[in-house]
Amino acid sequence: MAYSEKVLDHYNNPRNVGALPKDDPTVGTGVVGAPECGDVMKLQIRVNADGVIEDARFKTFGCGSAIASSSLATEWVKGKTVDEAATIRNTDIVQELNLPPIKIHCSVLAEDAIRAALADYKRKNAALQGTTP
Amino acid sequence: MTPNLPIYMDNHATTAVDPRVLAAMLPWFTTKFGNAASRTHSFGREAEEAVDKARDQVARALGASSAKEIVFTSGATESNNLGIKGAAHMLREQGDHIVTICTEHKAVLDSCMALEREGFRVTFLPVDNQGLVSAAQIEAALTEQTILVAVMAVNNEIGVVQPLEQIGAMCHARGVLFFCDAAQGLGKVPLDVEAMHIDLCAVTAHKIYGPKGVGALYVRRKAPRVRLEAMIHGGGHERGLRSGTLAVPLLVALGEAAELAVAEMPAESARIGALRERLHGGLTAQLEHVYLNGHPTLRTPGNLNCSFAYVEGESLLMGIHDVAVSSGSACTSASLEPSYVLKALGVDDELAHTSIRFGIGRFNTEAEIDYTIGRVVEVVNRLRDMSPLWEMVQEGIDLKSVQWTGH
Ligand SMILES: Cc1ncc(COP(=O)(O)O)c(C=O)c1O
Ligand code: FES
Repeated sequence: MAYSEKVLDHYNNPRNVGALPKDDPTVGTGVVGAPECGDVMKLQIRVNADGVIEDARFKTFGCGSAIASSSLATEWVKGKTVDEAATIRNTDIVQELNLPPIKIHCSVLAEDAIRAALADYKRKNAALQGTTP
Repeated sequence: MTPNLPIYMDNHATTAVDPRVLAAMLPWFTTKFGNAASRTHSFGREAEEAVDKARDQVARALGASSAKEIVFTSGATESNNLGIKGAAHMLREQGDHIVTICTEHKAVLDSCMALEREGFRVTFLPVDNQGLVSAAQIEAALTEQTILVAVMAVNNEIGVVQPLEQIGAMCHARGVLFFCDAAQGLGKVPLDVEAMHIDLCAVTAHKIYGPKGVGALYVRRKAPRVRLEAMIHGGGHERGLRSGTLAVPLLVALGEAAELAVAEMPAESARIGALRERLHGGLTAQLEHVYLNGHPTLRTPGNLNCSFAYVEGESLLMGIHDVAVSSGSACTSASLEPSYVLKALGVDDELAHTSIRFGIGRFNTEAEIDYTIGRVVEVVNRLRDMSPLWEMVQEGIDLKSVQWTGH
């Protein structure tokens, strides 16, 4: 497997590795994939009062392309609003990282992780609003 | 001391040609280039003599009683095809059933499947959780229709050594031919076609420090006399079993490599075995959750196959890019399926994805082992720090209890 420069860069210097407190109401957490499939991604976002993602973190169990896809995803969601972040497509990731066809599913997982994190954040916030009459 | 980089530690995939082997083969390309079938002049005769010597060397390495029992081929894939399909076709009248094991090399499995498409029936036996099959297990699978048993000497992924002597003795007692793919066994473990009752045995030069593209098939001529149907027809070379002008330099190299491999096996096994223990010991001393795949002792000295839980294999390979090893992870395979060998051992898919195969060989040094330990430990720790699974395990979460969104 020949890796693109960008995949190597993200693999060697992953951006935003780590964790945010998952019980914090301003944090959305998405965990996608399965250990039996060889890939699990956890992506977290912290959203400020203006609905802007001000921080993001990831942890990934998967190949170099999966690590690079999730690292890139955290870079891209930062500074975007929740709605803007929802428009990130796996094809954008494929293009940016120059992923070969066999690694496309790694980018799909990253898109899924973003969506799952956004959904978690929205669910928490709807619940919060629901509790304040 | 930092060794020269990159380090090659994938000696199950292939090996470097030993300089002694190279020296032996070189003259047969240039000054001594005759066709071994040209009996009318000295060029041909000296080539024929060289081929005779190589045949003798291979026969001796396998414990064959006659050099006439050696058929030269292009490698173990061809030897496996010729041995299995050739014998099955010849014995079709006697029976249509073959017994093999599911951890065989693809060249054996696919040859058997090709025979299935022709109407033969094949039993693919499971192995135990250490990769072994027993003679009793095979015997229980035999029927009146069984003509052939195919069991490899040494597995190419986990290095486990099958009980060939017991299997061979049982096959001969039951009047069934015993085929053995010994591509990974020659020079690594004692092999003796007589003592082990092997009727057909496949070997290849590039696993024993010889060149790629040459191998041999041992075909027993006495008790029983094994007959094969040829696959490649032509000028009638190799007693009609494998036509085609003999690749004299390659055969010379195979002969030399086989002789060296067997002569040096005792000393080499001790040295390589010590390196393997150093590697395994070093890794497990510094890392937790490292699991050995395959039998702990019934394996070749140079094989170490282990799973580094919570770290996907391809990402680990990427991190230790200056050490050449391989992984059973799906991510490294074109099929995106984890290793079928590890699966057959009952290794969880999750752990199969984290497996690494180290293949230590003749040219590896202690300094290389120490460097490898350092690299693997560093990269595994780095990747575990970014593994969501590792994080969950540290938090005390049982991964089996998690609802995954996986496919
Ligand atoms: C067990 C086993 N059988 C067969 C083969 C095929 O050998 P060759 O590459 O000579 O065709 C290999 C090596 O790839 C092997 O490890
Ligand atoms: S995670 Fe398996 S190919 Fe990327």
